[in-house]
Amino acid sequence: MEKRVLFRSRWLPWVLLAPQVSVIAVFFFWPAGQAMLQSFQLQDAFGLSTQWVGFDNFRDLFTDSAYLNSFKITALFSAMVAALGIGLSLMLAVFADRIIRGALFYKTFLIVPYAVAPAVAGVLWLFMFSPTLGVVAYALRSLGVDWNSLLNTGDAVALIVMAAVWKQISYNFLFFMAGLQSIPKSLIEAAAIDGAHPWRRFWSIQFPLLSPTTFFLLVINMVYAFFDTFAIIDATTRGGPGQDTMILVYKVYNDGFKNGDLGGSAAQSVVLMAIVIALTVVQFRYVEKKVQY
Amino acid sequence: MKLQFTAAALAAALVLPLSAQAQTEIQWWHAMSGPLGDWVGDLAKDFNASQKEYKVVPTYKGTYGETLTAGMAAFRAGNAPDILQVYEVGTATMMAAKGAIKPVGEVMTTGGAKFDSKAYIPAVAGYYTAPNGQMLSLPFNSSTTVFYYNKDAFKAAGIDPNKAPTTWPEVILDAAKLKAAGHKCPFTTSWMSWTQLESFSTWHNVLFATLNNGFGGPAARLVFNSPLHIRHFDDLSDMAKQGLFVYKGRDNAADVSFPSGECAMMTGSSGLYSRVSKEAKFAYGISALPYYPDVAGAPQNTIIGGASLWVMAGKKAETYKGVAAFFKYLSRPDVQSASHKRTGYLPITTAAYELTDKSGFYKEHPGTDVAVTQMIRKTTDKSRGIRLGNFNQIRTIIDEETEQIWTGKKTPKEALDAAVTRGNEQLERFQKANKS
Repeated sequence: MEKRVLFRSRWLPWVLLAPQVSVIAVFFFWPAGQAMLQSFQLQDAFGLSTQWVGFDNFRDLFTDSAYLNSFKITALFSAMVAALGIGLSLMLAVFADRIIRGALFYKTFLIVPYAVAPAVAGVLWLFMFSPTLGVVAYALRSLGVDWNSLLNTGDAVALIVMAAVWKQISYNFLFFMAGLQSIPKSLIEAAAIDGAHPWRRFWSIQFPLLSPTTFFLLVINMVYAFFDTFAIIDATTRGGPGQDTMILVYKVYNDGFKNGDLGGSAAQSVVLMAIVIALTVVQFRYVEKKVQY
Repeated sequence: MKLQFTAAALAAALVLPLSAQAQTEIQWWHAMSGPLGDWVGDLAKDFNASQKEYKVVPTYKGTYGETLTAGMAAFRAGNAPDILQVYEVGTATMMAAKGAIKPVGEVMTTGGAKFDSKAYIPAVAGYYTAPNGQMLSLPFNSSTTVFYYNKDAFKAAGIDPNKAPTTWPEVILDAAKLKAAGHKCPFTTSWMSWTQLESFSTWHNVLFATLNNGFGGPAARLVFNSPLHIRHFDDLSDMAKQGLFVYKGRDNAADVSFPSGECAMMTGSSGLYSRVSKEAKFAYGISALPYYPDVAGAPQNTIIGGASLWVMAGKKAETYKGVAAFFKYLSRPDVQSASHKRTGYLPITTAAYELTDKSGFYKEHPGTDVAVTQMIRKTTDKSRGIRLGNFNQIRTIIDEETEQIWTGKKTPKEALDAAVTRGNEQLERFQKANKS
């Protein structure tokens, strides 16, 4: 029985929508429009003179090999963050779901990282892994591993991925935990009576039922890796060594906020916006087909 | 905060009938942390105690780069501080921002303070002076690049601790001896671009960029990929491969490695003295930057780093009067000399240098005069300084490209060529953005 609400008045729906629309307009459409506008301009750092340069900013970007390389790094980085972040937190959630004694303690413990600001998280990981004063770096060296995130690209990428994943695990964990607990116990018990192993029960019952959650988290984690990680990178590697950890959003932040090149930075954010829109469309069109609601 | 506000309001209400106007507050944004932050705080405190009309309020805004960014953002929002400390790298950016700043010479004369730009040390003042001879910002904490070495480590490695290496071949020899004696970090450097390319260029009297390193106008382009520069980075690269040079990160990240005793030799800012004198638990020496003895004209002079104070435009006349009074206080020989002794930054006036000399400070603390004597030499057109637009970005590019040398991904020639190409794109962009 579908219940339909009919508005008799013409303006009431608009009035009811107005708060939401105005919030979106002020906090999304307006800044996005500003970015579009600025991407066609060249401005000095103090905003004293502005020139229209057409597509020059975009042309400069796509002839810059460092920028093109940044795409590869971002793709690698976000794939690793999403895969590891989702995988690890699913594992933790499954384990936490089985615990009966002390469950609250574990859950609280796993949620704590989410309360840490990205910049603080970055500094925390830097202090552990800095080649000069890091505790873990020191331990690794005494084990014979020559850890140097300043000069070794692999180490630097590992460092930012670890920091970014660690920060996001709690969020993913919460959703998986809620998802697991909403699966009726009777289903699992029935399967157990039929003789299904825990492994089989997980893949045949729990995981398919978690697929909407997983899909949602995939989108969220991709967006997180794309947009929310610049503070971590700024605190740990600052895009180095060379430009090997210069992901797109860090380049936007670096060029715009640190170097005062607003035109170039705006052009980059327009490109970034296009990528995320495309990515979201792909996810909803193709990946969503595999999701059972 | 609230309590403070009520207290201030109460005080104002009490004072109001007596004086027509309350104290004028002068906002000063700076980038000095640690012992240097204390120094800035003390300067403001002493000035505030010396008179009643003005109150200088220093605010720490992060690194030099962050402070400049904060200043720009605040200006765009119509909320700029009165005084902004800007590092030497930002000089061209500030000079180009004509509507955003008020030249210091103008502030001083309208503020009613007598101002003689000739009182300032020429090599320092020249850096902040426009082509028409007007001084644009007040030199504040000018530093230069010097060489620090650990005398105890030298002794332990069998090197004469009173003989600092003066040439690069000697540095390599000493580093090898230190390494043989078991030292893990014989040599490191902070500020890669400033010490190994910018100062290196003026010290050997070769150009870093055309048009007299940018002093001749915004059409200057980078040329630091000359055979001499490449030879130097070949040497550094060999040192890195043998473990004689250890890269410690960008900007001043290496600073911590010298006072802690981890690295035995380093090139860095003379301003690091405040920290070394406080933290080093070993005998240390300060000497001039090493050079290549076969280069004609070397050593010439090093260039300044550090920062100057810029006055922002669009403030009240009363504020400018206060800024002028404060700057006059900062330029006093006794204040300057005390600052110089405390921090290792250069004295900015000739009178302050003479006063320090007379007090016998240089004899008591050998090495503290190195920075001054390196700078006071005669300058040439190639060594006066470096003034380039988007210099901040260029330094980052240099960091990125030279890191490829230490990782072994690029040869020194490839890295320096790439840095020049990418840096020149930044110069073109700056020239385009600041046409008007």
